[in-house]
Amino acid sequence: MRIEYGPIPSRTENSQNQASEHLRFIRDVMERSASFTAVPGWGMVAVGITAALASWVASMQTTSDGILIIWFIEAVVAVTIAIWTLRRKARKCGVSLTSGPGRKYILTLAPSMVAGLLFTVALWQAGNQDLLATLWLLFYGAGTITGGTSSVRVIPILGICFMVMGIISLFLPPAWMHLLLALSFGGLHIGFGLYIARRYGG
Amino acid sequence: MEGKIFFSSMRVLRKNLDPLIHARVRLGIVSALAAGETLSFRDLKVLLSTSDGNLSRHAQKLEKAGYIECIKSFQGRMPHTEYRLTSKGTEALLSYVEQMEHMLQVARSVTIDEDDFSN
Repeated sequence: MRIEYGPIPSRTENSQNQASEHLRFIRDVMERSASFTAVPGWGMVAVGITAALASWVASMQTTSDGILIIWFIEAVVAVTIAIWTLRRKARKCGVSLTSGPGRKYILTLAPSMVAGLLFTVALWQAGNQDLLATLWLLFYGAGTITGGTSSVRVIPILGICFMVMGIISLFLPPAWMHLLLALSFGGLHIGFGLYIARRYGG
Repeated sequence: MEGKIFFSSMRVLRKNLDPLIHARVRLGIVSALAAGETLSFRDLKVLLSTSDGNLSRHAQKLEKAGYIECIKSFQGRMPHTEYRLTSKGTEALLSYVEQMEHMLQVARSVTIDEDDFSN
């Protein structure tokens, strides 16, 4: 029956498609733009403070088991703070963490984190704890670089700084581990977090 | 007959579309700035996956029209360019979205009428 109308159905469909496509483009760009800057600066500062405290407490431990337990607790605290502040800022920006760049960021960061955790367990069982700081810095740095490709430029730069610290740690004696972790997980997070909070509104 | 009405109303709607915003890159710039308060030149370039020259040319057109505001500063010794959407730009985007929604409604109503007729 539609053929009786000649070109009308295809053209109406075409106009409909064009208008829908333009509206979809606007929504997509707005969503990406909001997610792009939805980096929680203050959350990063909080993670930095807890990391600095953790490295101070860890430095007072007499056993390597104690050091690992402290850093494990710190990892749980940091992930909780990160998720809570990310969700809070994403809500403020009107975007969902589970869609678009938010999901991309989490999915690109997660493999490095899981690999880092598995290597930590493996090194721990092998009794080679001296390399743990290097391992954490390099894996976290690599994850931040790849995860940060869908975010503001400062995030991949933070990842590069972590990787540089990881490389430096290879040439330092194990006794420097606490200072190095305090400077990187503490200092870098606080510094970059303050910059992001000032530059991207919180 | 309905086809003629449809095409004439579509022609009017298309004629009224703001040519400054209708271009893809410029629509992207305005939409991105509507969601983020201010974005740097580099942020916009990454978001819209476009080249320096293309972004610069389109941003200049929007700036001339008063749709966006360009803030130039220095970060250390490096020049830093940031863009912000003006109230005129916000109005233009809202009006464009309304026009697109209207076009969609018109196209849908014609399709529905045709379906009714064919049944």
